[in-house]
Amino acid sequence: MGQQIRLEVVTPSGSKVNEDVDIVNAPGVGGDFGVLANHAPFLSTIKIGTLTYENGKKRESLMVSGGFCEVSNNKITFLVESAEVGSEIDVERAMRAKERAEKRLAQAAQQAENFNRRRAEIALQRALARLKVAKR
Amino acid sequence: MATLKEVKTKISGVKKTAQITKAMNMVAAAKLRGAQEKMEDFRPYTSKFNDAMSNLSGGANTNAFPLMENRDVKTVELVIVTSDRGLCGSFNANIIKLALRKIAEYEAAGKKVSLVCVGKKGYQLLRKTGKVRKSYNETMANFQMFNAREIATDVADNFLKGTSDKVEILYNEFISVARQVPTVGSFLPVQPVEAAEGTEKKISGDYIYEPSSEEIMDVLQPLYLNVLIYHAMLEVGAGEHAARMTAMDNATNACKDIVKNLTVVYNKARQAAVTSELMDIVGGAEALK
Repeated sequence: MGQQIRLEVVTPSGSKVNEDVDIVNAPGVGGDFGVLANHAPFLSTIKIGTLTYENGKKRESLMVSGGFCEVSNNKITFLVESAEVGSEIDVERAMRAKERAEKRLAQAAQQAENFNRRRAEIALQRALARLKVAKR
Repeated sequence: MATLKEVKTKISGVKKTAQITKAMNMVAAAKLRGAQEKMEDFRPYTSKFNDAMSNLSGGANTNAFPLMENRDVKTVELVIVTSDRGLCGSFNANIIKLALRKIAEYEAAGKKVSLVCVGKKGYQLLRKTGKVRKSYNETMANFQMFNAREIATDVADNFLKGTSDKVEILYNEFISVARQVPTVGSFLPVQPVEAAEGTEKKISGDYIYEPSSEEIMDVLQPLYLNVLIYHAMLEVGAGEHAARMTAMDNATNACKDIVKNLTVVYNKARQAAVTSELMDIVGGAEALK
């Protein structure tokens, strides 16, 4: 086992993950990125998506929604509005949310209302990310 | 002198009130524990967030960001966070008093004031000033981050449109269970965050930013506003229950005192009644002789 990096995921409702891991893969705004031990100081914004990390043979996924992450002193900290592991996700609810968002998007495509469209898009992204994590 | 029956009804009435206030006290105590936990959970998030903000805003040019722009202040907006329910002593009254003082202050300086009320009580009490722009009722009972986001987005939009030039947030800070202090916090324009004392000031140049530090700031600032609102809501949420606990404890004690006094009155009346009845009987017996 090589060197490890400390991963911490903090949400408004408490710290979600706090352990040493081998690698972290995160959905950055500018594209997904991976962080290994002893990474240079780094700051990036995070979009809605899946955060995965590996620790030995263990591989875990989390659904994260917008926020940012900071790497410094061999420690990576995620500050996100919400983070959910697969077992916490209500698949049925996510499915419903997905359908609802798709319907709204279809409606919004006819009108020129930007705000509702944006909201539906975000809702859809969230639902898709949840489903993806839940399937793992 | 009050009749026996009247006093008796009154005693049982007061006892029932005491029962209710005692129950409310216990409910508030239980809810306070939940609210305090919520506050504890949020603390790591805020402290990390402040660290990152101070790292970033150290090198930033203040006027480059629309949310940080210092303008000539013509209109001040006050975000007033109160509870939804009453019966918690002077908890809400304290915030309202502070709000009214602030309004008077700004108006004396020739500025316009608009209000955003979070929590039903604030709206009820400030409605008659006619300055309430928007109110969020019934959010305090079970609020989450997205409630805070909704409020923050609305207030920020208003600032960006230029309808308000300065925003302050008024809430009760939760110092301890026995003490909540009305506080004014600055909200907009976003103030550069000073690094907390004791933490090493990191040089922002050392970081790799993705995307650029400016773009990160653009994302971070609205989030920071959410954090501020959410923080105020948490403080008020916990403070409300603490204040209600104390108020209900006082009420229960007051009820006990009243019952004690009334019992004395009742016993006196009973004794007088017994005496007069005895007199009657003795008088009747005398007459028969």
